[in-house]
This record gives sequence, C-alpha cells and structure tokens, in this order.
Amino acid sequence: MNTHVSEKAKKDTRIVVGMSGGVDSSVTAHLLKEEGYQVIGIFMKNWDDTDENGICTATEDYDDVIRVCNQLDIPYYAVNFEKEYWDKVFTYFLEEYKAGRTPNPDVMCNKEIKFKAFLDHAMSLGADYVATGHYAQVKRTDEGKVELLRGQDRNKDQTYFLNALSQDQLQHVMFPIGEIEKPRVREIAHEAELATASKKDSTGICFIGERNFKEFLSQYLPAQPGDMKTVDGDVKGQHDGLMYYTLGQRQGLGIGGAGEPWFVVGKDLETNTLLVGQGYHHDALYSNGLIADGLNWVSGEVPEENIRCTAKFRYRQEDHGVELIPLNNGRVKVLFDEPERAVTPGQSVVFYQGEVCLGGGTIDEILKD
Amino acid sequence: MERIYLDHAATSPMHPEVFQAMKPFFETYFGNPSSIHHFGREARRGLDEAREFIAQKINARFDEIVFTSGGTEADNLAILGYAFANNDKGNHLITTKIEHHAVLHAFQHLEKSGYSVTYLDVNEHGEISMEDLENALTDETILVSIMFGNNEVGSIQPIEEIGRVLAAHQTVFHTDAVQVFGSEQIDVNQLGVDLLAASGHKINGPNGTGFLYIRQGIHLASLQYGGEQERKRRSGTENVPAIVGMQKALELALKESERRKLLYTQFKEILLTSFEQEMINFKVNGNQEQALSHILNVSFPGLNVESILMNLDLDGVAVSSGSACTAGSIDPSHVLTSMFNDKNRSHSAVRFSFGLGNDLAQIEEAAQKVVNVMKRLESQIK
Repeated sequence: MNTHVSEKAKKDTRIVVGMSGGVDSSVTAHLLKEEGYQVIGIFMKNWDDTDENGICTATEDYDDVIRVCNQLDIPYYAVNFEKEYWDKVFTYFLEEYKAGRTPNPDVMCNKEIKFKAFLDHAMSLGADYVATGHYAQVKRTDEGKVELLRGQDRNKDQTYFLNALSQDQLQHVMFPIGEIEKPRVREIAHEAELATASKKDSTGICFIGERNFKEFLSQYLPAQPGDMKTVDGDVKGQHDGLMYYTLGQRQGLGIGGAGEPWFVVGKDLETNTLLVGQGYHHDALYSNGLIADGLNWVSGEVPEENIRCTAKFRYRQEDHGVELIPLNNGRVKVLFDEPERAVTPGQSVVFYQGEVCLGGGTIDEILKD
Repeated sequence: MERIYLDHAATSPMHPEVFQAMKPFFETYFGNPSSIHHFGREARRGLDEAREFIAQKINARFDEIVFTSGGTEADNLAILGYAFANNDKGNHLITTKIEHHAVLHAFQHLEKSGYSVTYLDVNEHGEISMEDLENALTDETILVSIMFGNNEVGSIQPIEEIGRVLAAHQTVFHTDAVQVFGSEQIDVNQLGVDLLAASGHKINGPNGTGFLYIRQGIHLASLQYGGEQERKRRSGTENVPAIVGMQKALELALKESERRKLLYTQFKEILLTSFEQEMINFKVNGNQEQALSHILNVSFPGLNVESILMNLDLDGVAVSSGSACTAGSIDPSHVLTSMFNDKNRSHSAVRFSFGLGNDLAQIEEAAQKVVNVMKRLESQIK
C-alpha cells in the first residue's frame, strides 16, 4: 500500500476506520487489518432518522459494523455528530436551497464531519490515521505533501466529493480501496466472508436516503408555488416551489402538448418563476464559463496565474477542458473549451490535472456570452 | 495488557463456586421440574431449595417468590401485572425520575394505556423527598414503585421509611432492588414492600435469571401464557441451573458483603485521591456518604464521555457512562439530568463499578490510566 510513509511499525500504527456498515468501509478495515495495522472501527451517527415505528436505520447499520468488526477482531465504537452535522451541513444545505441553489451536502460532510469532527475524535484516541471507504487515492510526496488522486475505478471515483480537503486533513487520511476496482472490493468481501459482502450500496443523500426528496424538503422549508414560464414570458403552468427543481430537469414538470419535451432552464428568485424550455439542448441551458467561490486548493498553494486543466461540474461527469483564471477576490473564473449544459449554481466545480485533483469550489455564477 | 473490569453494575463475572453449583443441573439433574418422573423430581428439588433459600434470606415465604428471566421481567411483571389486575381500585401510579428503564418504560407504557403516572423529582444527590411522595398520593393511587439503589449513581432511597408511610394507604409498594440485592440485608417485612425485583447476574450469578417477590394476597395479571409454572404467575419452564446459580451467588455475596463494602470504599478513595492529587477537573455525582459502595459516578466537565470511554477501553480499563447506549445515541443520562441541570456535567459522567476480582493494585493502575487519559484529553482541548 503506497499510502503509508510513517516511520512507525504497522503494528504500532493506529488507524481509525470510519465504518458505515457498508461493504466499502468493511473491506477498508479488513485490508488494513490484513496489513498488520492496529485497526479500530468507528460508526458515525450524524442524523436521527428514527421513524414513526421507532426504527432507526442507523441501529441496523451499526449492527452490521459490529458483526464485521467482530469478524476482524477489532474494537468498535459509535460516535454521535448529530449536532455538528446539523450546524455545519444541514444548515448550509437549507440555506442554499433557500437561495435557489442546488447544494452538495456530501462535500460539506467530508470537509466538516468525516475529516474534521471525526478526524479530531480519532486523533483523541491516539490514531495516526483515519481511513474511509472512499474511492480516491492519496500520494505522499518526498517533500511531505499529500496529493489527492482519482480512484483507480474511474466509475466510482469520489474525489469530486473530497475536493474541499486541506493538506492538514489529508496528512492523516488513508483510502485503501481507492486503488481497487469496485467489483474486486465485493470479491474481497466475499472471500473474507464479511457479513456485509452482499449488502446493497446505499444511494442518495445520507439523511434523505430512499425517501421522497420533495416531501423531505417540505418539512423544513415552506414551499412557494409560482409560475412556470418560457424565456419569452409565456406561462406554461405552475411550479410547486423553486427549490424542488434543478437545472436541466425534465421529470415532474407536467407540461404536455406537441413538440419536444420540456426542461427546467432557469430560476428567477425575485419573481419566483421557474423558466422552462423545449428540447434537451435548449440554448438557455448552455453556458461558456462560471465564477466559483469558496475555493480549496489541495496543495495549499493558491494559483496566481491562469491554469489549463480539466473540470467536473457534477459528480460522475466526464472531465471538460477549461481555462482557470484567478480573480483578485479569492474567486476564480472558469472558461469552458466547449459550451456546457446545465451547469448548476451551488454544485461543486472540481479541477484536475491528469490524475491529480487540484481542489475545487462552489459554482456561484454561470457565464454566457 | 491485563484488562481491568470496572463495570460490575452492568454485569459481573460468574463466581467459580456458582459455576460448580450449576454444573450438575446441566449434566445430571437436567429434568423439567414439572415432570412427574425421577428426573423431574431432582430438578424440582433444586428449584425448591433455591426458592426456600432466597425466600428465607429476604424474610419472605416460599410461595412469595416467582422466578423470572431477570430484573427487567420482574419489574415489568410487578408494574404491568399489578396495574392491569387492579385498575378497579384506581388508575394513579407513582414512581421516580431516576428509575431503571425497565421500570420507567413500563410506566410510560401504562400512561399510553390510560393510567396517570407521577414521576417524583430527586435532589442533586439523586434522592426523593418524602414530602413529595406524600403530596403525590391520592385516593386513586394503586402502585408506588421506588428503586432501592440507583444503578448509575448509587443513591439509596429510604425504602423502610417509605414503606411505613405507604402502610396506611391502599397502594402497594414495589421496589427495584437489583443493585442492592446481595450487598445489603433485605427484609421485606421490615422494609414494608409488597413487591421486590432482583436479578442474579449483578452478583456473580448467571445472566438470564431473577425473581419477583410478591407479598401473599397480592394479585397480578400474568404477562405470558403457557404452562402453569410458578403458580400460573409466570409460565415457561424454569431455568433451574441459573436459579440454583443465583441461590449460590446470593449465599456467597451475603457472606462477603461487609468485607466488600470496606474494600470498595477504599477503591473509591484511591480513585478520588489520585484525581485530586493530579489536579484533574472532576465532580462526584451522588451522595458519597450515603450510597451503594460498589458504584462511583464521576463527571469530568469539559470532556466528552465518548472519548473518555473509548480511550479507557483502548488502554484496558472497562467502565461505562451510566446506562448502556445504543448506536451513537447521545441521550444524556435521565438520572443525571434529573439530579442537576448541567449539560457539561451530565455529558462527561463516567461510572466505575467494582466487584469480584478487583484488588487494590488494579484500582491503583486504573486510577493512573484514568489520570493519563484525562490529561491527554484536557491537553487536546487547550
């Protein structure tokens, strides 16, 4: 494993693994244990999802953590970060929706919870590293820096969600399954007969889970229905509240009639209007650039000159060639080589050079010529 | 690393003599005590001897003891069983805010079924006031349930005094005596209790066994149906080996109780003295002058109890945060929050509980380890 450069012997190196009860973190703990490290499994409870029957999926997931840790013969614990999660992630999530944007809570969760509150907790247990089941890689350079690299499995690469991590955070992080393809991770789990080997991968935002997103959001934010209009001002119907829609969305508009299907092409917060247009490639969906703020540079060095690199504007998207232009107020302008469809404010823009993730920021404005 | 177990109030190791006493009831006298043949009779003899022994030790009658699967079942049978069978006499019940969940949740269940429940407050030492109790009594009150010794902070309620007050009232009096059983002499008549729950596994007996003392003449509704064991009050084949084990455990515990009390008092002193000498910021919870000797509850304000427990476990010292917790649940202890309104204090409380196998050397080592962990955690906060 290329991730470890400490002088300590493996048996004296304490690694706290963030375990969710899923197969990825189970295999993470298994691999580290096999390598001879001192491994501790910790389950994080960030959200109280107790339902009306008093059943909480966190309890079920923790039961799986317990089974796997006992198989591996490692100690396990649970920690609670509900308050931190509420304050740092969920509050941000609601604020962004209120502002008409589409936030990325997973980026914030990694930055504030998994690699801050949880990392701090692990350090208080005398840990040398924290490991998680993310599909990403860290490379420790001779100069003592850490580079964040894409996961070996391109399909699963999660650097998009890890773009806000700093050197300080990455110094203490390991991603053991980042150098393995997902199907192999399942195979390893089966070979080791881990209790979670066949467990279904979780989907969606952790606190919403499989629930209806609209219903969930309506519990926290008042919905303000309004007009759905074309860019020319023709009213095409009513929307349920701007926060329920995202750019480029086709489903759930309920506009019938002849011609091509209808898509969300914009939001006007001031007039509470949802802008819609016909056709997947509607002009209004395309942009040539963006302004990003809240930037993080993984290397810790803020670029002063223009950079040629690639970027992702959403998770699991192909890279796009861009020119990155530092602005004087800590923001960057990103110019696209080709016009891009449905670049969405609130989402992260993440920069890459080859395999290296340079960092990223939050999309604040969309630029059109 | 030699591990040090200081969580005896959660459960305790089995005494080797208990194990020896149980063995023949697995191998030789394994019969069903309800069977009419030789094997049944032998098991029945063991069961009856245990019942007779336990009854004598608490000054009860042979037929006033009903064996259960443990303290939780005994509490549930007492509370639910009495309330369901006697709702013609009234629908008001009284308990305290610091009961074990086996009691508290049973009362909450009754509230949902239409009963009205008064939960008595406690002072900062975890003690109820007699005045509150007397004020809470009404003509409708049918059951008062007040724990003998608290499992988290060790506070002791004046059961005998309460028994005297309640004697003049129609209500019956139940006490959860799980933490006191085996360490204090219990005389149900002197105490004036009508129902009393106890368990075997806190006193070096086996898990999965306990009993309810039911004063003659008190009628309880059964909570489970089946055979007619325990005079229909608790159906199900008796767990004879475990019951015999509980008998032996009680015998040993009572023999040792005075010596142990002195020893545990010394343990408390060792721990508290080293915290003081090492200038650790701590606060004792509960009244140390008047508390169960085997329980010491200490807060380390400013620190997070999750970190404390994990660090101590990794260093080989097993303690707890009071009540056992589930997947990352942060519900602060209901006992501590009833005693004082200080989140820092209730969120940093550690329970040390002593028992079989603990010696002075262990406690000194544990004290040193606790001090090291606290200093490490304190330095990380600064």
